[in-house]
Amino acid sequence: MAKTLPLEGIRVVDLSVIWAAPFTTWLMGCLGAEVIHVDNTQHMPDFHRMFTRWPFPGDLDLPGGRAGRPGRKVGERPWNRDAMWARIGWNRLSCAINIDTPEGKEVALRLVDKADIFMENNSAHAMESLGLGPKVMMERNPRLICINMPSWGRSGPYMNYVGWGALHEAIGGHDWMRGYPDEEHPAHNVFRFHMDSTTGPTALFGAIMGLIRREKTGKGMWVDYAQMESMFHHFGEIYMDAAWNGRDTRTIGNRHPTVVQGCYLCRGPEPTEETARYGGERWINITINNDEEWKGFCDALGNPEWTKDEKFSDVLSRYKNHDELDEHISGWTRLHDNFEIFYMLQEKGVPAGPVQDWRDTYLDPQLNAREFFQTITQADIGTFRYPGWPWKFSETPLRVLNPPCMLGEHDDYVFRQVIGMSEDEVAELTGKGTIGVLDKNAPYPWAGPMPENIWGEK
Amino acid sequence: MADQALSDVKVLDLTQHFAGPYCTKMLADFGADVIKIERPGEGDPSRRMGPFLNDEPHPEKSGIFLHLNTNKRSITLNLKTATGRNIFKELMRDVDILVENFGPGVMEELGLGYEVLEEINPKLIMTRISYFGQSGPYKDYKGSDIIAEGMGGPLYMMGLPDREPVKYGDDTTLFGIGNYAAAATMVALFVAEHQGFGQVVDFGIMEALQSCVNWQLTMHPTYQYKGAPVGRETTAFGMLPTGGFPCKDGWVYMIVDPGWWPKLVAMMEMPELMEKFSNVLDATKKDEFDAIFYPWLLERTKKELHEMAGSVKLNVGAINTMEDVLNDRHYNERGAFAEIDHPVVGKLTYPGRPFTMTETNWEIKRPAPLLGQHNEEVYGKLGYTREDLVRLREAGVI
Repeated sequence: MAKTLPLEGIRVVDLSVIWAAPFTTWLMGCLGAEVIHVDNTQHMPDFHRMFTRWPFPGDLDLPGGRAGRPGRKVGERPWNRDAMWARIGWNRLSCAINIDTPEGKEVALRLVDKADIFMENNSAHAMESLGLGPKVMMERNPRLICINMPSWGRSGPYMNYVGWGALHEAIGGHDWMRGYPDEEHPAHNVFRFHMDSTTGPTALFGAIMGLIRREKTGKGMWVDYAQMESMFHHFGEIYMDAAWNGRDTRTIGNRHPTVVQGCYLCRGPEPTEETARYGGERWINITINNDEEWKGFCDALGNPEWTKDEKFSDVLSRYKNHDELDEHISGWTRLHDNFEIFYMLQEKGVPAGPVQDWRDTYLDPQLNAREFFQTITQADIGTFRYPGWPWKFSETPLRVLNPPCMLGEHDDYVFRQVIGMSEDEVAELTGKGTIGVLDKNAPYPWAGPMPENIWGEK
Repeated sequence: MADQALSDVKVLDLTQHFAGPYCTKMLADFGADVIKIERPGEGDPSRRMGPFLNDEPHPEKSGIFLHLNTNKRSITLNLKTATGRNIFKELMRDVDILVENFGPGVMEELGLGYEVLEEINPKLIMTRISYFGQSGPYKDYKGSDIIAEGMGGPLYMMGLPDREPVKYGDDTTLFGIGNYAAAATMVALFVAEHQGFGQVVDFGIMEALQSCVNWQLTMHPTYQYKGAPVGRETTAFGMLPTGGFPCKDGWVYMIVDPGWWPKLVAMMEMPELMEKFSNVLDATKKDEFDAIFYPWLLERTKKELHEMAGSVKLNVGAINTMEDVLNDRHYNERGAFAEIDHPVVGKLTYPGRPFTMTETNWEIKRPAPLLGQHNEEVYGKLGYTREDLVRLREAGVI
């Protein structure tokens, strides 16, 4: 028998939004599952496609993450070409169903009838008020693995609150234990969230465990996964230290709790607002775990006089004189490029690595040698290289199956072949606006027409 | 019928430190029989890492070890001896999964590469965790949590504009890696059950971080599409509050998008603000707004602010200290913590289940093992007598 992709034959219905659950279903798609995303153009905003509004003037020229569109142009169909969406929009299919209407809900449930996995991460309140809570799903399809992944889970006093990564960095204590130790202020422009990146694989773990369990019991299962709890294990020993020893762990910045470690400026510009925004700074991370690595480090520097100082002779003395040691290390790193230092130190067996910017990453020798990036062409976007999957399977290598799916691109397949609707039914529901996209060039009634002069050109 | 989802799954665990043991903890907590192989004498290096109960360094009192090794059995075995390797091969006969996080090539040097092990166990799944993967020019390079963040992840984008980038707290990144490795292992297990063959899962930490979805990592295509790097720029919209703000008893974190401005006004119960600040994108109004906002915040506690915001569906979070986390209503009512009894440290609080599921459960059947606690049980099953074990111990094998 020919080997197939790991999840080939598994169908996933996806009502996910923003990052965490779309990431999960993207992983499932990469593993070969047929992931069908239900787009709802009547719903404002469309957080799946990151279409929240027509961009504000200036958005497209910001260096940051907002409104990342090819060539800094809105394009005819911006909902098919937002960077944050396209990153995870491939290896999945799209169908449009207005699930706000009773007929639409029934169509969605008929799709769930044909599914193995259902995945969503809307607020608990949103799914229940739509009438598409887990109870309904499991009754319809008792073999379903139904994963609800709202921010706060489906129990507890804050169940109906909204939430996202930024909020839970604070709630879970991460804001308290990250950032600069010498600033009073606890959240230092740390708009990067561990939560979203860790929920994806954990939910996938749960989903496959559900499939394996189903083989034995014949029954599906409901998974209540609070995104806020996805980091809970990761800070386990810190919480335990608090519970056991009453310790309130606060940030130590880039330092390691017991050995020398830091992020040091290398040859290049001094950090300013300008370089932080537009790039150009060069930094190196160095960790020196033991005497052997310290010797390697000193060798790499050519054993200057200061390295022989008693103050730096062992692990404990180095840690106690960390500030002074940092001065010496920075004095050296400032003279060299960060990649130069990276190679020099690794040759001597010292853990070191550059702080890579985006260009560094795309040119990275290791990632490219392992064929990490995947080149994908999509008609509304063009051809670009995208980050690939996190694992390499020796017998079932993964591959690109579909480019980032366009809004409603797979309506025909989903309604006729998966659900098995007749032509009459498709025509009737399409006519009512229950399924499909009425106006492919202006699918979102709530957004209004594209403003005339949205920075001059489309 | 098996009572937990993975009750009939057998795992040999050669991992140490964080990422690998966390991967096998996930398997063990859902029922897998995980045999942890430790170096005779000292065991997993994480046994030497703090925090310790009462700050007393002791190999059976390390919080991090006790956390990451629940539900596993521990045996000691020295793979640097020929006898040790032979015993390892005997153990290999009866397992589904082997997880290791040595440097690439170490298993091959020991004569225990996949080709060798596959001969003994044709359906073997071998999950291999390393910083840079099993191939490529950097494969033998060393890493650490901060190095992984710098090369694989978000570091370039975290921190204040005129300072050095600043990493995530703790060894968070490496812990997250354990989730990826566990998921990949489950994928391979599903394939083995359905298609009948084992395989190697080559898992490089840098690659996984580059692949994961997060604000910074969705920046890959943003960079490509816009042709501009994304750095440590501020994320605030005009005059709207973004970041950490002081309140009566600490700090709160919030991000207010232009669309959420009416919610903030509703939360403050000051409808006049809508008119007063009609253009929230006007950053020159920031000082004027802050002069109203800061004193208002300082009259309220972080919990009050969090709950007020929750009721208008605005994202404001209390910046919880560790004590706050332990006392958090939501965590506690959901049962996020577990009590675990251990022969040396006694009954203490640990983080509990990652999620709940019907039809099966997360369960602590045994606490983290003492070093070599299950030697007699495991080796006995292979046919070794107590006398044999004494001989093996004298020879430095176990």
